[in-house]
Amino acid sequence: MTIKVKVLERPIEEVSYLRATVKGLALTFKHLVDPHKVTVQYPDERWDISPRWRGTHRMLTTEDGKAKCVACGLCPTVCPANCIKLVPGEDEEGNRYPLVFEIDEFRCIFCGYCQEVCPEEAIHVGRHYENAEYDRKDFVYDLERLTAQQHPVCEMWDPAVPKGE
Amino acid sequence: MIDPVIFAQMGASQLDPSTTVFVIGTVVKMIVIFTIYMVGVAYSTFAERRVSAWIQDRHGPNRVGPQGLLQVAADGIKNIMKEETYPGYASKALFILAPGLAFVPAMITWAVIPFGSPLPTPWGRIDLVVADLPVGFLFTLAISSLGVYGIVLAGWSSNNKYALLGGLRSSAQMVSYEIAMGMSTVCVLLLAGNVSLNQVIAQQAHMGWNALLLTVAAFIFLVAAFAETNRVPFDLPEAESELIAGYHTEYSAMKFSMFPISEYANMITASAMMATLFFGGWDIPFTQWDNSGPHTVLKSILTFGSFATKVLFFVFFYIWIRWTLPRFRYDQLMSLGWKILLPIALIYVVVVASAVLALDASGVARGPMFGAVLFGINVVLMGVILFVLDRGRLISPAYSRLESVGVARLKNASKGRSTLNPAADKGA
Repeated sequence: MTIKVKVLERPIEEVSYLRATVKGLALTFKHLVDPHKVTVQYPDERWDISPRWRGTHRMLTTEDGKAKCVACGLCPTVCPANCIKLVPGEDEEGNRYPLVFEIDEFRCIFCGYCQEVCPEEAIHVGRHYENAEYDRKDFVYDLERLTAQQHPVCEMWDPAVPKGE
Repeated sequence: MIDPVIFAQMGASQLDPSTTVFVIGTVVKMIVIFTIYMVGVAYSTFAERRVSAWIQDRHGPNRVGPQGLLQVAADGIKNIMKEETYPGYASKALFILAPGLAFVPAMITWAVIPFGSPLPTPWGRIDLVVADLPVGFLFTLAISSLGVYGIVLAGWSSNNKYALLGGLRSSAQMVSYEIAMGMSTVCVLLLAGNVSLNQVIAQQAHMGWNALLLTVAAFIFLVAAFAETNRVPFDLPEAESELIAGYHTEYSAMKFSMFPISEYANMITASAMMATLFFGGWDIPFTQWDNSGPHTVLKSILTFGSFATKVLFFVFFYIWIRWTLPRFRYDQLMSLGWKILLPIALIYVVVVASAVLALDASGVARGPMFGAVLFGINVVLMGVILFVLDRGRLISPAYSRLESVGVARLKNASKGRSTLNPAADKGA
C-alpha cells in the first residue's frame, strides 16, 4: 500500500459494520414514518409572531384621519440608526405637525425606541415583516404610507408584566 | 412448469404465436416497457427527493402539481431549455456521446428481464419479457459492464482534472465490484442449472426464493449492485466533497441531466436484477397457482404487480441507504471489494457447490426439502458473519490497516471501559 491513511483508534467492541448499518437504517426509517416536521409551508401557513414583534413601522392616526404625530422631534433624536427624517410644521392655531416624516426601513434596526419614546403614541413598530420591494427607494416610507399601513402594532415590553399578558 | 398433456389441450391462446404476431408483440412490449421504465426513472428522481426530505424531517418538492407530482415535468422542461456549454478543450464528439453511452446499457438490460407470467392472447401466448434470450443472465452481466464506458468517457473527454479522477475511480470501482457480483451470482446459476432468467425464476418458484437459499450471495450482490450503480455509500466517482461533481463536472443542461437519469435507470435495473435473481422475479410468494398453466390475463397482471412491488421496494431501499450511510473512503472501498466481498463470495461458491453436490448425492430431490437444508446453512453462515466477523470489525475495510499488535492493544484498552451500547456488547 502506497497510501498511508490514518485510522481512528476506536474500541474494537464498539465498531461494527453490518449492525451499525442496520441501526442507522432503523433510525432513518423511524424519521420516515414518524416525521418531526418543523418546516412551515410559508405562503400557505405562517408562524404566529410574538405580540412584541418589532417590524414594519406604522403611524397611528386620530379619528379624523390625521397622523397623531406632533413633530416633537424625540424619535429622530433617539433613533440609533438615524433613519427618521422629520421636518416640523405649524398651523395657524399653533399646533405642530410633521411636514415631512420619512423612515428609511433599510437603515432601521427595529429597536423600537421610537415607539417607546413617542409621547403621543403615534409612531409604532408593527407586527409585520413582509416588506420586500422591487426598488431601493421604495424602502423609504413617507407619512402617507406610514399612516396607511393597517397591520397590528407591537406591544412593548412592560416591566410590570415581564412575561407579557 | 407446464405439464405437456395440459399444454396440448390448451386453446390457441396458450400456444406459441406466429412470427408476425411475435414481431408485433415484441414491438408493443418494447414501447410499453420503455414508457413504463422512463416514467419510473423520472418518478424515482422525484421519490428520492421526497423520501430524503421525509427522512430529514422536511417536506421536499411539493409545489408543482398535487403533492409536487409534476415536479418531474418542470425539471425536464428546465433542463431542455437551458444553455449547453462545451469546455474549450473538450473532446467534443466523445463529450456528446458519453451521456448516451451512460444511459443506454441500463435500458438494454431490461430486454431480458421477465416481468410477468406469459400473457394469453387470441393470437397466441406472449411471454412477458421483451427478448427471452437463452443466455439472458450472461447478457445482463455483459451489458452492465458497458455502463462504465459512459462515465469514463465523460470524465476523460471533459479535459478536467476532477472529471478525469471521477472517471478513473468509477472504472476501478466497477471492475472491482463486478467480480464479487459475478461470483455471487455463480451460486444462483448452480441452483438454477441454467442461465435463462425464466429458468432462474421457475427454480425459485419451485424451491423457494434465492434470498433465503443463498442469503450471503444475495447480500454480496446487493452491496456490489450499490457500487455498480455508483450510489451512496459508493458514490466516489461523483464525490461532491472531493471532486466537485466528479465525472459530470463539465456537463450542463440536458446532457448533465442524462447522467442522473442513467443513474436512476441503473438503479431500477439493478433492483429488477435483484428481484429476479434472489427474490423470485414475478413469482407471488406462498402460492403455487401463479407458476402453473393455463395462463390467464389475471395471472399476468398479478404477477406483474408482484414484480413491480419487489422492484419498487429495492428502489426505495437504494434511496433509504443513500440517506443513511456516509460515503466510503477510496481505500475502504477497494479493500471492501477485494479483501472482503471477493473472498466471501469465493468461499460461498465452494460451500454452496459442496452442499448441492452432497444433497444430490444423498438423493434429496430438488424441492422444498432441498431449499430447507440450504436455508439452514445460510442461517448459520449469516450468524457467523453478523456475530463473529462483524464483531471487532473483522470484516471492516479499516481493519486491514491495523497491525495485530494494535488490535490487541485496542482490545485491552476497551476491556474495562463502559461501552456506548451495552446491549450490543452483550450480544457480541
